[in-house]
Amino acid sequence: MAVHTVKQIMESLRRRESKPSEWAEASLARIRALDERIGAFLHVDEAGALEAARRLDGETPNHPLFGIPYALKDNLCTEGIPTTAASRILEGYVPPYSATVADKLRQAGGVLVGKTNLDEFAMGSSTENSAYKKTRNPYNPACVPGGSSGGSAAAVAAGMVPYALGSDTGGSIRQPASFCGVVGLKPTYGRVSRYGLIAFASSLDQIGPFTRTAEDAAYVLQAISGHDPLDSTSAPEPVDDFVSGLDRGVKGLRIGVVRDLSQEGLDPEVGRLVEAAIATLEGAGAEVVEVSLPHMHYAVATYYLIAPAEASSNLARYDGVRYGKRVSGDSLIDMYERTRSEGFGIEVKRRIMIGTYALSSGYYDAYYLRAQKMRTLIREDYQKAFETCDVIATPTAPTPAFRLGEKVDDPLQMYLNDIYTIPANLAGLPGISVPCGLTEAGLPVGLQLVGRAFDEKTLLAAAHAYEQLRGFEMPLPGVEQ
Amino acid sequence: MKISADTVRHVAKLARLAVSEEEAARLAPQLSDIIGYADELQAVDLADVPPTSHPFALVNVLREDEPRPSLPRERALANAPDTDGEQVRVPAVLEG
Amino acid sequence: MTTQFETVIGLEVHVELKTKTKIFCGCSTQFGAPPNTNVCPVCLGHPGTLPVLNREAVELALKAALALNCRINQDCKFDRKNYFYPDLPKGYQISQYDQPIGEDGWVEIDVNGERKRIGIIRVHLEEDAGKSMHAPDGSHSLVDYNRTGVPLIEIVSKPDIRSPEEARLYLEAIRSIMQYCDVSDCRMEEGSLRCDANISLRPVGETKFGEKTELKNINSFRFVQKALEYEVQRQTEVLSSGGSVEQETRRFDEATQTTVSMRTKEEAHDYRYFPEPDLVRLQVDDAWLARVRDSLPELPLQKRDRYEREFNLPAYDAGVLTSDIGVATYFEAVVAAGADPKAASNWVMTDVLGYVNAQGLSIQEAPVSPAQLAGLIAEVNKGTISIKQARDVFKIMCETGKDAPTVIREHGFEQISDEGALAAIIDEVIANNPKSVQDYLNGKEKALGALVGQTMKATKGKANPAVVNKMILERIGK
Repeated sequence: MAVHTVKQIMESLRRRESKPSEWAEASLARIRALDERIGAFLHVDEAGALEAARRLDGETPNHPLFGIPYALKDNLCTEGIPTTAASRILEGYVPPYSATVADKLRQAGGVLVGKTNLDEFAMGSSTENSAYKKTRNPYNPACVPGGSSGGSAAAVAAGMVPYALGSDTGGSIRQPASFCGVVGLKPTYGRVSRYGLIAFASSLDQIGPFTRTAEDAAYVLQAISGHDPLDSTSAPEPVDDFVSGLDRGVKGLRIGVVRDLSQEGLDPEVGRLVEAAIATLEGAGAEVVEVSLPHMHYAVATYYLIAPAEASSNLARYDGVRYGKRVSGDSLIDMYERTRSEGFGIEVKRRIMIGTYALSSGYYDAYYLRAQKMRTLIREDYQKAFETCDVIATPTAPTPAFRLGEKVDDPLQMYLNDIYTIPANLAGLPGISVPCGLTEAGLPVGLQLVGRAFDEKTLLAAAHAYEQLRGFEMPLPGVEQ
Repeated sequence: MKISADTVRHVAKLARLAVSEEEAARLAPQLSDIIGYADELQAVDLADVPPTSHPFALVNVLREDEPRPSLPRERALANAPDTDGEQVRVPAVLEG
Repeated sequence: MTTQFETVIGLEVHVELKTKTKIFCGCSTQFGAPPNTNVCPVCLGHPGTLPVLNREAVELALKAALALNCRINQDCKFDRKNYFYPDLPKGYQISQYDQPIGEDGWVEIDVNGERKRIGIIRVHLEEDAGKSMHAPDGSHSLVDYNRTGVPLIEIVSKPDIRSPEEARLYLEAIRSIMQYCDVSDCRMEEGSLRCDANISLRPVGETKFGEKTELKNINSFRFVQKALEYEVQRQTEVLSSGGSVEQETRRFDEATQTTVSMRTKEEAHDYRYFPEPDLVRLQVDDAWLARVRDSLPELPLQKRDRYEREFNLPAYDAGVLTSDIGVATYFEAVVAAGADPKAASNWVMTDVLGYVNAQGLSIQEAPVSPAQLAGLIAEVNKGTISIKQARDVFKIMCETGKDAPTVIREHGFEQISDEGALAAIIDEVIANNPKSVQDYLNGKEKALGALVGQTMKATKGKANPAVVNKMILERIGK
């Protein structure tokens, strides 16, 4: 069965050529056929999806996402459907409420088919930190899909769903999108409500879509954006019409390239493909300007203090008392320690420890507070850069997908994979990864565009224009062979 | 900053994580590496820079004092590992 | 030679704010609901949930901070205080660390006729934790999360308190101010007012503080004083015998009326405070602040001074009447209805409070309204009834809810002042008591009282004593 975009399914449903239940069945069939090899899903809600879709069969489409199947990263709470954040500590947890994004998509007529794999609590860049299963890159099953939203990226790449949501704290949407050859959008911090997103680092986390095209991303973003009274940090900003602005082209668009960008660790093939993509945009009338982000060099260090610090506190609630796993102990403290030691994986524990250390008495000023100050400088760098450009173009990740197991024993190397994506999270800015080709080895590479706060419209229009200009279709991964 | 196995154990205790001797020994150099990497921030003069704790400075997001329905008790307790039907049961909390 | 010690006390008082809903979610704050029925995903700390600040909680905290004469931090924030406890669902308490809503205030108390100012370091907003019940056999604890997320303010005093009595007076002053502002019920028995105390001794003249102990879970006003008195005695003994006070947490044991060490393993607390990323800054602009300031009522001490000044009441009366806003409101209504302030004060302090306290009612529930009481006082002033009769009338009013004139009429309480009606009775009393008459004429003034008493008895207490007095004197006058 052919793989479809959101747009194609939407049009088919509108023309009454198909019914929601057919798309749900097709999605479920493809999951059944492929997911044993890919491992994108932690939970497939076959009965729920079919029931929801059949209910829609008799209704008239009233929303662009009406009747279209989708998947959610399993750190998004879904009432009545297990939600684990890929952690043992939430094994068997069934939330009594749904995330705002899940509610919005349900109200739009979306059909949830399942929950996708991730690095435990979204901590990782390869999805190898899932407590439940490995997810494989649909372009090469020996490779990781990226992370932490690897399941959502792989599910879209393999055509199991036309779109999926992920979350991005330091690149967890954009980097797997890059590795899996799909579009991944991290909206501006506050654009999408975080209510119901199992928190990793509250001041950095943001929910966003994986799609096959920038246009599809515009439809999904439209549906999930907007202020939510349940999330104090969600922005009161009016929501643009993301779809209508897509065709404005790149003529006159000022694309910033970063002068002082460290090339350390950048794969030359990735570098060439990204340069070619920028040249393509330039050829279509965009203006390339050099910008300076002098503090970008400190972004990873800053991030690896702030994110673990917030995480150490956000993960304190997993104590075996009100929900999730409990491992009995001789005393209350013993119960806590056993529960948390057996319930969390090693990377999560590592980050809790770093964060606890960075906040602890005597170190707060030297680590956490300094990182927050550096965050100010990184934000200011961007503000300055956006005086002379409209978007900033970089590779999404320094390398294509790496092999499973390649970096698991070297956490710092794994962290450095996020070097291009982290700064946008620190500054709260929107970023998109759009496929810009395949390496010789057949692995996808992504071009990242970062924009001004709340200017997803420009990012989507630029990405959409690039898709029209790039002169090739991303080949479907070889999952069906 | 070098992180010793003792520090690992202290931090683990604060975070209510049990670490074995062997884990502490393995984690110490890894945490040292990461914190060591973060030490590059020490070299920058940040004295006059205000800290950022939110990317955007929203203020006064408030809700009105209006009741919303609570969960029925069986749903509130449905995920709890141990209850007496009304309250959550935990190992004895030591007090006095 | 024995060393004289000075007592140094600081109190940390937690006051639950009187909002309808919790500080960060829409669950009810109602006390006494069945366990775990006022809870939702937010206050249970479910994964993914987020707090949204209750405007009314801010409003009440501002009111309290202003009433405590604090400087308001017009730009402040919330922080997370991280620690593990089963009744703390998120593993952290949302509180205010380095930018409390109010700072540097004071409260005045009257100690032995002297007015004394107790400094307040800070007033901050935070969420309450749940309630753990410990199984008597020590096998387990049970947790009820209804209280989790109820808004609290913590009021931290300076170490300005110098005796257990001052501590109690300070706590009473705080309660009274909070009740006046309608910020809290301050019911210690329901936990809506809670108090921890830090106490240390130092030799008189010493400026450095001694090693302190922290007293926890003191749950009545009486116990505050008792616990601290015991602790003063205990520390004095320790220090006088050359020992040193151990820095520790102790609790008051009601049964033995002593304080006992809680023997908690004192791991150094490291709460790892950091700014709460799920909440935004709180900014109170000048207009908001002015509005709250304007809404503050007259506070207890101001009222007390005014009662002394305006109503000419003794300090004692003014103190009793103003310690509770309900009593003050009742008293003022009686005066407003035309009663003489001193008479109103006597009636309120003795009869009204006597009645409602005996019945376990609040003064708002008194069956005799302020206007009815003023009516009763008017009857006494008119001479319709004696003060003694009035007490009986009051009792009937309490039981029936009827007005004074009605009760007087229905029960025949009218005082007899008509000389014509009394003449025959008085003549008979004089005729039957020649000895008393003679005693009086011989200079025994008291004998007159006996004659008046006989007359009163003969009239079943209805005769107007003043008239009787006058008439007897007219008859047997020297």
